[in-house]
Amino acid sequence: MILLWLIAILILAGVLAAVAGRFNAAAPRVISLAALVLDLALCLGLWGRGLSSASRWSEELSWTWVPQLGIHFHLALDGLGLVLILLTMFLGIMAVLASWNGIQRSPGFFHFNVMWVLAGVTGVFLAVDLFLFYFFWELMLVPMYFLIAIWGYQRRIYAAVKFFLFTQISSLLMLIAMIVLVILHQRTAGFYSFDLQDLLATPLAPDMEMLLALGFLAAFAVKLPAFPFHTWLPDAHAEAPTAGSVILAGLLLKTGAFGMLRFVLPLFPHAVQRLAPLMMTLAVLGILYGAILAFAQNDLKRMVAYTSVSHMGFVLLGIFALNPIALQGVVVQMVSHGISTGALFVLAGALNERLHSRELRDMGGLWETMPMLSGVGLFFVMASAGMPGLGDFVGEFMVLLGTYQATPVLSALAALGMITGACYALRLAQKTFLGPNVHHSDFPDARWNERAIAVPMMVCLLWIGLYPQPLLNMIRPAIDNMPRQAVTARR
Amino acid sequence: MLNLLWLAPALPLTSAVLLAIFGSRWPRKLVSLAGVGSIGLAAVASMLVAWSFLTAPPPGNAFVLPLWTWMAAGSFRPEFGLYLDPVSLLMLLVVTFVGFLIHLYSTEYMRGDEGYARFFAYMNLFVASMLLLVLGSNLLVLYMGWEGVGLCSYLLIGFWYRDAANVRAANKAFLVTRIGDTAFAIGLFLLFTQLGTLDIQQLMQRAQSQWPAGSTLAIAAAALLLGGAVGKSAQLPLQTWLPDAMAGPTPTSALIHAATMVTAGVYLIARTHVLFTLAPEVQLVVAVIGAATLLMAACSALVQRDIKRVLAYSTISQIGYMFLALGLGAWSAAMFHFMTHAFFKALLFLAAGAVIQSLHHEQDMFRMGGLRRELPVAFWSFVIGGSALAGLPLLTAGFFSKDLILWQSWAGLNGSIWFWLCGMLGALLTSLYTYRLVFLVFYGTAKSHVSERPGLAIKLPLAVLCVLSIFAGYLDTPPHFGGVPRLSNFLNSTLPALEEVHVGPVITEVTTALTASLVFLAGFSLAYLLYYRRRVEQPAESALARFWAAGWGFDTLYSWIFVRPFVWLAEVNRRDIVDSLYTALASLTQASNGLLQRTETGHVRWYASGLAIGSAVFLGLVWWMR
Repeated sequence: MILLWLIAILILAGVLAAVAGRFNAAAPRVISLAALVLDLALCLGLWGRGLSSASRWSEELSWTWVPQLGIHFHLALDGLGLVLILLTMFLGIMAVLASWNGIQRSPGFFHFNVMWVLAGVTGVFLAVDLFLFYFFWELMLVPMYFLIAIWGYQRRIYAAVKFFLFTQISSLLMLIAMIVLVILHQRTAGFYSFDLQDLLATPLAPDMEMLLALGFLAAFAVKLPAFPFHTWLPDAHAEAPTAGSVILAGLLLKTGAFGMLRFVLPLFPHAVQRLAPLMMTLAVLGILYGAILAFAQNDLKRMVAYTSVSHMGFVLLGIFALNPIALQGVVVQMVSHGISTGALFVLAGALNERLHSRELRDMGGLWETMPMLSGVGLFFVMASAGMPGLGDFVGEFMVLLGTYQATPVLSALAALGMITGACYALRLAQKTFLGPNVHHSDFPDARWNERAIAVPMMVCLLWIGLYPQPLLNMIRPAIDNMPRQAVTARR
Repeated sequence: MLNLLWLAPALPLTSAVLLAIFGSRWPRKLVSLAGVGSIGLAAVASMLVAWSFLTAPPPGNAFVLPLWTWMAAGSFRPEFGLYLDPVSLLMLLVVTFVGFLIHLYSTEYMRGDEGYARFFAYMNLFVASMLLLVLGSNLLVLYMGWEGVGLCSYLLIGFWYRDAANVRAANKAFLVTRIGDTAFAIGLFLLFTQLGTLDIQQLMQRAQSQWPAGSTLAIAAAALLLGGAVGKSAQLPLQTWLPDAMAGPTPTSALIHAATMVTAGVYLIARTHVLFTLAPEVQLVVAVIGAATLLMAACSALVQRDIKRVLAYSTISQIGYMFLALGLGAWSAAMFHFMTHAFFKALLFLAAGAVIQSLHHEQDMFRMGGLRRELPVAFWSFVIGGSALAGLPLLTAGFFSKDLILWQSWAGLNGSIWFWLCGMLGALLTSLYTYRLVFLVFYGTAKSHVSERPGLAIKLPLAVLCVLSIFAGYLDTPPHFGGVPRLSNFLNSTLPALEEVHVGPVITEVTTALTASLVFLAGFSLAYLLYYRRRVEQPAESALARFWAAGWGFDTLYSWIFVRPFVWLAEVNRRDIVDSLYTALASLTQASNGLLQRTETGHVRWYASGLAIGSAVFLGLVWWMR
């Protein structure tokens, strides 16, 4: 039941916020924050209780929904899901705090959308029924569309439509693949089922398996995004309001990686083996290509957006390296990237509130007037560049190490991403915080909500960077539970 | 007592964190107390540890202090632990002690700076990272320290961030060393994949037992680690960042870019010397890199105008000597030279700082002169430090450590006449550029006005370093002359003893020492003639001089083959060529929409003929596919 509550609280808080927003501008913020804090507390409670080692799921809820088609309202939680819903609630709180002052236009509807996106994300991380998964997958999409299209910057409509089209078309391919899979399962097993556990046993001809895998991958590769499906991302991230960017980069991208881990690897192990070289090559291309593009940008938000392309390349690489070290690295990288990039978007938002510009040429020398914000910003820039001792390093290192065991050459090429990563990180720091002061006016340094965002995020990154064990312990059983043929346990 | 080891990195780290958070609100005295005191306490802790280590050596002459398991994923479980053996003990003592002196110096040097607390936060963080690098029991911990010192180096080079040139220098340092670091990281992947651990001692044991000498894997691993080492230690071909790094405050240059961080590459190779022994080809490359770098940098040092750049090139050159020693298999000689170099080069930089501060941040040697009487402390520091650098025979520390390397360049494992000649030529150049600096700055007519004289916080570190620059050499004196190589003996439990493969006939220990003395004298006399008697007042302007002054054109070369293509590529593709595919798809859709709209004419005959043609085509298809 607690799983249902996690989602229901967000849904209800969203409705409540929308209603309350008609009477009071501050109420939606407080309601959303309270709901997210409550959810975070519930998640922490789940974590504190420990993961069950006896069964696959430590928490499960299954109600029949459409019995004729074997559709269940089936939610289940394992370590992987738990890590990601913890991240969801954490970043959700940050997103609400980040938009505390910035959102003046219909805060009720804004927070309704934020809550519903988060509900969709939570559902995605918990659903183990394919139909239900698809439902939540689509639920994420629409509120995010509104967030970009209503509260975004100048090119918001273009960005929102582009985001919607990319996601929607790729999702349809996944839907077709799902339906075909269910029908094939019905032919052999004799009954319809959308349940992941049932479908795992479906025997598939190699070519069919490949087609279906590609169908699923289409949706996930666009969402991740993998090179060359990444071009919606810079527009969407750059045009979205701060909360939208945080949720997009921190959570929506992660749903793509999560989908691969939860569905593609277990359902299509042989096809995954065959696809691995291609996907890893795309991943390496994405790492380097994204980094070079990030280096070239003159718009702070676009720059940070392209760094995500590069970082998600590491995630894709690790997934298809198909060994336990890389896969655990992937999850660490997902969490760390969510925090560090989320923080950079908050920073970009904070600067935009003060300077009314996202252009790097309007910045420079900010350290002089805003030493705290700049110092904190440099911290996250360095985290993003993979500084050891901070979370991203652990993830990247494990991914590269695992990849090296699979294919040394691709790992070495991907490691060049450490150099290109330094290129954009240094340029970002150089053009914003350092150099001569170009604006010559007094701006307030970090406000209370910005501090409240920065401190927990820094603590989390340090914690993951220095002692990631609690996180790894959570992930480990989920990785071990993947079918053996999907994850070749080397050494 | 050995358990106090963790305090050495922990104290500076704590102070760095406190200074970063509260420093801007603290009074200056408190900042100094935290910044200098933490390093002082770390030095005291190190000395207690050293005392305990020397009086009651732990079994195997090595002590491991496990702290926690950093991460554990399957067989990958790097321990976060500290490892103390003679080599790391030597580094520990040098880093904390020299570090303390430089911090003390900084309280006066940085006195008026608005970023006083920030400076000490960075410096303390640096010391903590450096100690982690030195003490890490695991290559991953070492790597963390390695990146940490790189970060601090970046922060401190760009400390005066308002000047865009400083920021560029900082970026360059970070990026160039990052290239080496990436090779290092790939080396770690290889070592873990092949040998299943990153614990340094286990790694060396397994490499020794599993890899035959000259095996491809050993060569690859050693070459990748070498990549990291040349980046950090500013050796060919990644030496270009160090001269620009002089943009940082002078204490930074003394601590990071002379005494400690830049020798991290030397330490890494000494630490993993087993790998290099297993890869003789790579070891030879180390020697060649060292010899080439020491000559190249010495030539560049000869023609600089900026006092700090002379010292920077000199540092590159002296680390070249250490690399030469490593490549020859004279591991302990490299560590000996590291130690004496840390003392005399820190001394020279700090003395240069005293000069620069007295002259309103003037760094051009051709605008100095005659400062001998005005700044006696700086003068004597330069005389003593410079003589140690140039290798004034028998009196200075630098003579003994350099002489050992020169002797090994013939007698050692990879020794040859060429290395010996390179070493001698380098010694000649060193002596020449050192005394050129001394004569230019301290003799002749005064050209600038001395505005302030150094106080106690500057004088005291200089005095202590002067003493060390003279007497540290007696730790290890050549047995051929009746000396006792105490330091080499001490290090021998970790590093193999020096070998004497070739002895004579012409080149013997005695002739080497004599030649080195003569070469020193030749360099000094040449400098005396050129810069004291003839008093050259203008820097050399020949093409060769300009070429050398510009660091042999490496910056230009790299700019053309790496930087410009990268930036060009980035800028050309700023709008993302991949996106144009999707845009094209969108335009195509709109275009076809326009095309199809045209068919909606409202004329019945158009629709009728369309129907007819369509039916015909369809029927034809059916008939054809029948």
